[in-house]
Amino acid sequence: MNKFKDAEHLFRLAAVFLIGAIAFLVLRSFLVPRSFGQYGHYRGKAFVEIAALPVSYAGHQVCEGCHTDVLDVKSKGVHKGVACESCHGPLAKHADDPASVQPVKLDTAKLCVRCHEANIAKPKNFPQVASEDHSGGAACNSCHQPHSPAMIAGGSQ
Amino acid sequence: MYPNEVELQWSVLIVLYPFLTGLVAGAFILASLERVFRVEAVKPTYRLALLTALAFLIVAPLPLQLHLGHPERSYEMYLTPHGSSAMAMFGFVYLWYLLAVLVLEIWLDYRRDIVVMSQSTTGWKRLVYRALTLGSSNISDRSLQIDERAGWLITVIGIPSAFLLHGYVGFIFGSVKANPWWSSPLMPVVFLFSAMVSGIAIVMLLYMLMCWIRREAIDMRCVDAVAKYLFYTFIIDFSLEMLDLIHRIYEADESFRSLDFMVHTKLYLSQVVIQILLGTVVPIGLLALTQVLKLAERQRKQIYVLAGCLTMIGIFAMRWNVVIGGQLFSKSFLGYTTYKMGFVAREGLLTAIVLTILPFVILWMLVKLLPPWPDRHSVAISAAASAD
Amino acid sequence: MNITRRQLLILLPAAAIAWEHILAGTPEASPNYNMTGHWWGMLMDITKCIGCGSCARACQLENHVPDGYYRTWVERYHVTDWALEYPKVDSPEGGKNGFPAAVEAGGKNFFVPKMCNQCADSPCTQVCPVGATFVSPDGVVLVDQKYCLGCRYCVQACPYGCRFINPQTKTANKCTLCYHRITKGLTTACSEVCPTGTRQLADLKNPNDPIHEFLKTHSVQVLKPHLATRSKCFYYGLDGSVR
Repeated sequence: MNKFKDAEHLFRLAAVFLIGAIAFLVLRSFLVPRSFGQYGHYRGKAFVEIAALPVSYAGHQVCEGCHTDVLDVKSKGVHKGVACESCHGPLAKHADDPASVQPVKLDTAKLCVRCHEANIAKPKNFPQVASEDHSGGAACNSCHQPHSPAMIAGGSQ
Repeated sequence: MYPNEVELQWSVLIVLYPFLTGLVAGAFILASLERVFRVEAVKPTYRLALLTALAFLIVAPLPLQLHLGHPERSYEMYLTPHGSSAMAMFGFVYLWYLLAVLVLEIWLDYRRDIVVMSQSTTGWKRLVYRALTLGSSNISDRSLQIDERAGWLITVIGIPSAFLLHGYVGFIFGSVKANPWWSSPLMPVVFLFSAMVSGIAIVMLLYMLMCWIRREAIDMRCVDAVAKYLFYTFIIDFSLEMLDLIHRIYEADESFRSLDFMVHTKLYLSQVVIQILLGTVVPIGLLALTQVLKLAERQRKQIYVLAGCLTMIGIFAMRWNVVIGGQLFSKSFLGYTTYKMGFVAREGLLTAIVLTILPFVILWMLVKLLPPWPDRHSVAISAAASAD
Repeated sequence: MNITRRQLLILLPAAAIAWEHILAGTPEASPNYNMTGHWWGMLMDITKCIGCGSCARACQLENHVPDGYYRTWVERYHVTDWALEYPKVDSPEGGKNGFPAAVEAGGKNFFVPKMCNQCADSPCTQVCPVGATFVSPDGVVLVDQKYCLGCRYCVQACPYGCRFINPQTKTANKCTLCYHRITKGLTTACSEVCPTGTRQLADLKNPNDPIHEFLKTHSVQVLKPHLATRSKCFYYGLDGSVR
């Protein structure tokens, strides 16, 4: 018994450590998020949070649901693969509430050169022009129909 | 540069962290020289080394907390550590080393003094000492013998623990395959040996400083022994770093051209001049002089101080070159960026300076609370009572 | 627009119902989306990229990416002669506003869009200390914004430079493959607006997916294959100089 009396301080120390470990485990069970580990080493609820983020681009199928006349024109021209929002910008809000949210009118002089300005790095077979030489900065839709960009004799639309 | 690479991710605080934990590991290894390997000569530095390690260990998490985007979420590392992440191990390795190794060893070594002081002091100090005794005032010979044995065991466990504490930091860098400046199996080993060098150097410097402050004679046998171990460790550290360098130059893989250019331009001052020349070659040369020539005591002291200071600067530069250097070049190997270090900012230079001074303040407090060297009056009593 | 009122009365409700249906497709609310039924990837056809930057712009608008940081970007390469190791690359503002005229004539010039490679053996998820970033059962590498500490280890570990720390949320951020869109049956914002069909979402578990078919029948590459990240962002027509 004398031996244990001399090691008493070590037992007290061990008790302190044990209490600390138990406190940690108890605290942990409160603090770890409920959905953690559901699918892997992460919070399962994260999927719900990420998937619930708002959508800004409606997607061309939604546009085509209403704007069938534009679809008719576009599907016959070389822009048939270009999505509506590629030029018109994100319009999910307009799809949600078409009457009150109107898309912004586009300025073709600035819009079209984003793709069609001549650049050495663009694929050779891609239609590109040096806009200064081609039109002198005039609006592109004064000669081309944007939805189906063949030349229109005599002006726009 | 990839567009997202222009801004550096890890700042000077992340340079400071391995520097601080390196000092902890190094100081502890020096202490273990006496305890486990029975190198009598370094005994005067034993307690100081432990207290130094503790002071730096307490400050070590602070640069990390200040760096995190969400320090209030840092407890998550304890709740859900990701088994595949070296960084997740930090919380547990740190806690283990702090509580199960360092605090325990200090407590066991000081317990006799703590009990004596819990009975002899007054006021709030008395309360602190009483709390530290954990309610037990048994300082019989047998209990002190048990303490001695337990302390020896703790130190034996503590050596690999110290390796782990700092080695994992090296692994954090060495395991990142995306970064060729870091990715290397040598990284943990290089970090560890440079940590030992810095730890031994700082204890040597602090011991000499404290003797000077206390107007005590410096035990030259002790300092000579410490300097000898510093010299040997430095040789190993330098060899490892040169091995890495030579290997890189010889193999000259995809990243070499980009890294080589970086070392010659952006990193020239901090790596070639400060780390290699001033921080490694010069101290090794100076220490070699003391080993080869028979120099007078005064000259040896001057050389030790100079070599020690240069070593500290050199090891800090090494951390800088690894952490900051690893982020100055693009992973495309086609570009470089610059580190814009703020001054008065959360991760700025001022913060780094404050965090470097803080451990010394804490050490001063620890030395007051747990004096490493007995009072001159009680030397006789201590000599009789303490087990050797 | 030349829609008659009568047409509108019929079309509007139909479109509204379609939209509601799409919006209702949250993974747990709707039985439509089953995570284990998909394995998402991406195809980039370099031969078609015109460097218009529509993808980078759309991504920024769709995902509210702060200026100066990029979930996706476009690089322009200029390769002289046979020197594959030393291309000249530029990416002004990630290519969001297109590219200026080239300074050097000659050589090989092309655009390369970059994004998170959605690696199956992702090095970034391996190093996250708390499990804030992960590979979902449907193959998308996501970041849990509420759990991330902002330690930046994942940013360091990504070999492709696609991660960044959002200065507002102070957490790690990157391309989520528009997870909030693909789980509703939409395609990614970048693929939606890409005018030339360079970028196309691929479902590698769907045998009928045309992109999946393309991958099985054409020579495709991934970036940094030697790092064995099992990247799911496949490139067609990628030059050896691309880093």
